[in-house]
Amino acid sequence: MAESMKKRLNMCEGLAFVLVWGTAALVTATFCWLLGDLVWHGLSHVSWTFLTAPPENAGRRGGIGPILVSTALILGVCLAVALPIGIGTAVLLAEFTSDHSLFGRVTRRSLDVLAGVPSIVFGLFGNAFFCKTLGLGFSILSGGLTLACMVLPILIRSTEEGFRAVPTSYRLSAAALGLSRTTTLIHLVLPAAVPGLLVGLVLGVGRAIAETAALIFTSGYVDRMPESLLDSGRALSIHIFDLSMNVSGGDANAYASALVLVVLLLVINSTVSRLTAYGLQRKIMTV
Amino acid sequence: MRPVAPITELHPQYPLEEQPACRESQPFMEIDRLSLHYGEKPAFQDVTLAIAKGCITALVGPSGCGKTSFLTCLNRLTDLITGCRVSGQITIEALEVLAPHTDVIRLRRRIGMIFQKPNPFPLTIRRNLEFPLREHGIRDRTQLAQMIETALREVGLWDEVKDRLDSPALALSGGQQQRLCIARALVLSPEMLLMDEPCSALDPLSSGVVEDLIVRLRGRYTILIVTHNLAQARRIADDVAFFWIHHGAGRLIEAGTVTQIFEEPRDPLTAAYVGGMRG
Ligand SMILES: Nc1ncnc2c1ncn2[C@@H]1O[C@H](COP(=O)(O)OP(=O)(O)O)[C@@H](O)[C@H]1O
Ligand SMILES: [Mg+2]
Repeated sequence: MAESMKKRLNMCEGLAFVLVWGTAALVTATFCWLLGDLVWHGLSHVSWTFLTAPPENAGRRGGIGPILVSTALILGVCLAVALPIGIGTAVLLAEFTSDHSLFGRVTRRSLDVLAGVPSIVFGLFGNAFFCKTLGLGFSILSGGLTLACMVLPILIRSTEEGFRAVPTSYRLSAAALGLSRTTTLIHLVLPAAVPGLLVGLVLGVGRAIAETAALIFTSGYVDRMPESLLDSGRALSIHIFDLSMNVSGGDANAYASALVLVVLLLVINSTVSRLTAYGLQRKIMTV
Repeated sequence: MRPVAPITELHPQYPLEEQPACRESQPFMEIDRLSLHYGEKPAFQDVTLAIAKGCITALVGPSGCGKTSFLTCLNRLTDLITGCRVSGQITIEALEVLAPHTDVIRLRRRIGMIFQKPNPFPLTIRRNLEFPLREHGIRDRTQLAQMIETALREVGLWDEVKDRLDSPALALSGGQQQRLCIARALVLSPEMLLMDEPCSALDPLSSGVVEDLIVRLRGRYTILIVTHNLAQARRIADDVAFFWIHHGAGRLIEAGTVTQIFEEPRDPLTAAYVGGMRG
């Protein structure tokens, strides 16, 4: 009786082991295959000249210099707008709104719905509102603002989670020491919420930098070097889309651009997590 | 209203054997028909109690009878809890604690609080003490260093940590963390300390160290301590207040000196509780 039970338990454990490790192996293998494919087809085309030169012959030859610049500018506009609004809203939701208040519930629900809205819808909205209503036209500014609208829900919700993950005991013990709410927020809660904020940032930037649908109607696909934020500029993901869909013979450069995009994402990701670890350590040591 | 003593005024250091007696003047705090509700549910009701100045008052009673809730009313920490309603009156000298215009920041500087679970901030040991001091307006480096040393000496932590003031406070042992929390309260020169089962999360040895520390603080601070440990209440308290749950809400059943409560309890419930038969 006890023996058979033990056997069954062992089998269960074996099955769980296979499932857990199998899944992990599958995920890792998929990622490696994808990356390997990109490296295999793209690496030979990536060079310094490729990264800096303008595209020629609709992108079949030449490089992606102006496209990298446009991408960086769009991302810059997006973050410059989304970060302050995102952190502000998260603080408001997490620290100054009770869970049950109408305002909190309505805002949270709306954000969750917005986070799931397909990016093409954001693209149409951006085109109607920023390009037409505000008269910004097809421009880097329109693209950046549209992206900001798109990443805000993710950014706000994960930053809010970061704030909520800070133990209540910090707030209580700080209040019991006669520290004001603002001081507590700035010196104790905010640093402790940084990891959540960075997770939101990575998710948001990841979504923004790889975005195609929202940008095609807003920042456009002019592949010249932009001269101001009001110029149209082609983002990296649109370039890849264009090369692989509309330009015959553009496959090689599409692969190379995709490789650059993935490497960029990896670099951003690891920099942010490195920063988190470093920042937390410094916080403990010096603040 | 009596002005708050300037924070820079260091405590007189009494030698252990000549602590000031605790029962000479009028009570430090008077609590009159205090009740607290979380939403519609009462936590405790109609508590009337006077806390003698410089004495150690122990609050005993079964879990859930509202002891923690009671403490949080006294420094208005209840302001932070949504849906929490407090009625009644609390007076410290001429100060109406529950009045809406009362300056809670000053109030909380006069009344320090120690929580059940040690909760130092995730900063260095030094910063844990320096941060509240700076926020209360002390910037001078030498003065800060001196106040930090005094507070750490007072809780017997100085010799243990003086070489690693800049290492994380969370790396300390549980007992050391709790003493750091006491130091963090003392460094602001409060007049009263609220302690919510300060020893219950500690091992017996650290618990003994913290208990000895509390006894050493008698006379200089008015102390209100919640404890589950009747033997501890008997060892350290001057006065005891006994809470019990009655019809779903906590009530103060009996309060008196430690000898009176333990030797001649008036209420049969008290007699049964201190006799170890219930609770
Ligand atoms: N923040 C809160 N919200 C709602 N109910 C609470 C809250 N804190 C405590 N209570 C309830 O109030 C009662 C008294 O709790 P507490 O003061 O913690 O008792 P004790 O410290 O004596 O164990 C308990 O029934 C508890 O469930
Ligand atoms: Mg309690």
